[in-house]
Amino acid sequence: MQASTSILSATAIDKIFPGARALDGVDFSLQRGEVHALLGENGAGKSTLVKCLTGAYRRDGGRILLDGADVDPQSTLEAQNLGIGTVYQEVNLLPNLTVAENLFLGRQPKRFGFIDSREMNRRAKALLAEYDLDIDVTAELAAYSVAVQQVIAIARAVDLSGKVLILDEPTASLDAHEVAMLFRIVRRLKERGLGIIFITHFLEQVYDISDRITVLRNGKLVGTRATADLPRRDLIAMMLGRELVQEVAAEHGAKGEGGEVRFRFRNFGRKGHIQAFDLDVRRGEVVGVAGLLGSGRTETAEIMFGAERADSGTAEADGRALDLSSPRSAIREKFGFCPEDRKVDGIIGDLSVRENIALALQARRGWARPISRSEQDRLADEYIRALDIRTSDREKPIKLLSGGNQQKAILARWLATNPDFLILDEPTRGIDVGAHAEIIRLIESLCEKGMSLIVISSELEELVAYSSRVIVLRDRAHVAELVGNQVTTDGIVEAIAASAGRVDA
Amino acid sequence: MSTTLKAYAVRLFPQVAALAVILLMVSIAFPGFFKLEMQNGRLYGSLIDILNRGAPVALLAIGMTVVIATKGIDLSVGAVMAICGAVAAAAITSGHSLAMTLLITLGTGILCGLWNGILVAVLDIQPIIATLVLMVAGRGIAQLITEGAILTFNDAGLIFIGSGALFGLPMPVVIWLAFGLLVALLVRRTALGMLIEALGVNRRASMLSGVSTGVLLIAAYVLSGLCAALAGIIAAADIRGADANNAGLWLELDAILAVVVGGTSLLGGRFSIAASLIGALIIQSVNTGILLSGFPPEFNLIIKAAIIVLILVIQSPRAQSAFVFLSRARAPVKKTAGEAK
Repeated sequence: MQASTSILSATAIDKIFPGARALDGVDFSLQRGEVHALLGENGAGKSTLVKCLTGAYRRDGGRILLDGADVDPQSTLEAQNLGIGTVYQEVNLLPNLTVAENLFLGRQPKRFGFIDSREMNRRAKALLAEYDLDIDVTAELAAYSVAVQQVIAIARAVDLSGKVLILDEPTASLDAHEVAMLFRIVRRLKERGLGIIFITHFLEQVYDISDRITVLRNGKLVGTRATADLPRRDLIAMMLGRELVQEVAAEHGAKGEGGEVRFRFRNFGRKGHIQAFDLDVRRGEVVGVAGLLGSGRTETAEIMFGAERADSGTAEADGRALDLSSPRSAIREKFGFCPEDRKVDGIIGDLSVRENIALALQARRGWARPISRSEQDRLADEYIRALDIRTSDREKPIKLLSGGNQQKAILARWLATNPDFLILDEPTRGIDVGAHAEIIRLIESLCEKGMSLIVISSELEELVAYSSRVIVLRDRAHVAELVGNQVTTDGIVEAIAASAGRVDA
Repeated sequence: MSTTLKAYAVRLFPQVAALAVILLMVSIAFPGFFKLEMQNGRLYGSLIDILNRGAPVALLAIGMTVVIATKGIDLSVGAVMAICGAVAAAAITSGHSLAMTLLITLGTGILCGLWNGILVAVLDIQPIIATLVLMVAGRGIAQLITEGAILTFNDAGLIFIGSGALFGLPMPVVIWLAFGLLVALLVRRTALGMLIEALGVNRRASMLSGVSTGVLLIAAYVLSGLCAALAGIIAAADIRGADANNAGLWLELDAILAVVVGGTSLLGGRFSIAASLIGALIIQSVNTGILLSGFPPEFNLIIKAAIIVLILVIQSPRAQSAFVFLSRARAPVKKTAGEAK
């Protein structure tokens, strides 16, 4: 039945990278007028497959048929001309050009050899009208929200290509309302007969919009199913290759209330960053931090870790005053910090997994007392095994690992220093379901071992699952502390929304 | 342990191969090239000449490697050479002992490095601009010290550093070999090398992991200043005088080139001092080779540039991936590296 309706079909695609087989004989077919979700954990081969389809990578084997004809795109431009358009998570348009210029970049309507702006703006307006978007097309792209930019990117891709549209995590930075808007547009494009490939980590959205699901794992095809016939639990099993012990955040384990108060922050703050706050953290306790973007969550973490120096207040552990004036001194006090922006603040991209894991411990020991190579190897192997970091070997540059595995390696860097107090800023952002569950389990087990943790997350169900208390932030101040049975998603949402204060997300 | 040795061999292979090819080419054009002879307890020959002439660039390349590994650059080394040469000449002619003279001169180099390091690490000025300041001002300072003239000296001890011999090798060769070995051991036997590489790849992430990025940055520029001081002493001792206008002129560029030919990326991170030293020798071999082969001197710079372009093309990521591609096409099956012990 495929032959007649399939618009794009790929058979036995192979892609080999030095040291790894990223795709191993993967089959994939996309029909006219369907939304096809492409799922898998990070590192499963989703992006590699998409890049092979769009010509960003050369495939090492297999055939690609578009409308029944063999194609072999050498570049994304060629794929675009063939009819395959892609919209990425980070909108790859030019923020300093106008909306119309972005839509018609490289194919501006000309008049006497000059760009005909009026004609271009008129056409841009007409094009966006098809998407129910009535905006000023002469304004700079940067003036609009990510959601609008996303729609503009889709409009451009569809206008250029028109057969296949690939959406690579388009919803990652959108709120629920914007996602609904985006999905309306996707449904309309589907009715027009486009084949749409949709990549995401959000399973609810998969069930909301997709007709069929293809799951990849470790570069191999696990299967393609109709969405309606695939229960959520089976889907997760397909993705993880094992029965998930608990679906993420579905059930609340018994949360330890923790032991005695160990860390005491009093009137701790810094002008212009975060208003002074008081906070007690018990031994073996997870304190969650919730709030909207820009509410002071990351600032709270940075000031506790000395990345920004506090200008008021004191911090003590077991009654002893702590020196948190710099990350170096915080680390000496057995603090650890996994930052929010893994790529910028976390990983040392060119260095190996081994060196990334050993770094904080080595920095604490000082340059004159090197950790021997055999000790580093042992340390790296131990954490690669314990945290199930997927890497071909410990000498692989960490930038080549998938996001979830990078995050685990950064966690390993801190666990190697054997900290008493660990601050995790968005530890599960941009991570696939499998790694997500593993990291949550890890947080719970660290807590059981008596470590004190501060976890910042915008996933409220997740916070509720492991925190014994939740601090709520608004406008760079701690505004509420939820304890006991107040710790529910509704409770947190209510606390965030409590005042009529402006929402600067 | 054999894997580490193998890693070194793989890392240094392109540089060693390039050097070997250049030396072979020169020997074809100039038959007596490889001949060495012993006279008065000192080796003579073209090869020794390359090692000797290459000393200033080799020394500068040691410091430059570490600075570049931190994602920086030090444009001031040539000018610091001139300052230190002038300081050495002034100190020795004003009656200081040799030991005192060396101490003052090396101290001056360290001070220059400290200045650069503070501009970069504390004031957060871009390295290329921060070191440009001293590059421009340095020759002026040197001219002030020599009062505009070439300051000559006759101290036998200081001259020995430029033209004496130890263990049968010219003194400058002994100095750069020993200093190179010392620094290489210092960075690789301690954790300095790894911390510097981490700093060069991602300064903020390293700082958040507890690496003292400020201290390391300053130390890198101080090392570079110290190397420039050593090179400045050798250059002055060689001509028995301090020439504020010409000592170390353009050598900062040769030093950067040596590091790049040695395969250390200007983007910071992974570095190899041995490879930079071989890079310095490649540059000097090209210089000496062109002279020996009897090409008209006006060709020198162009031939040098062409050879360097060739070496850089061979090292470029594009070319490397093409090699990988070709070698895989020839042997399509095997791919089981990594687990090797």
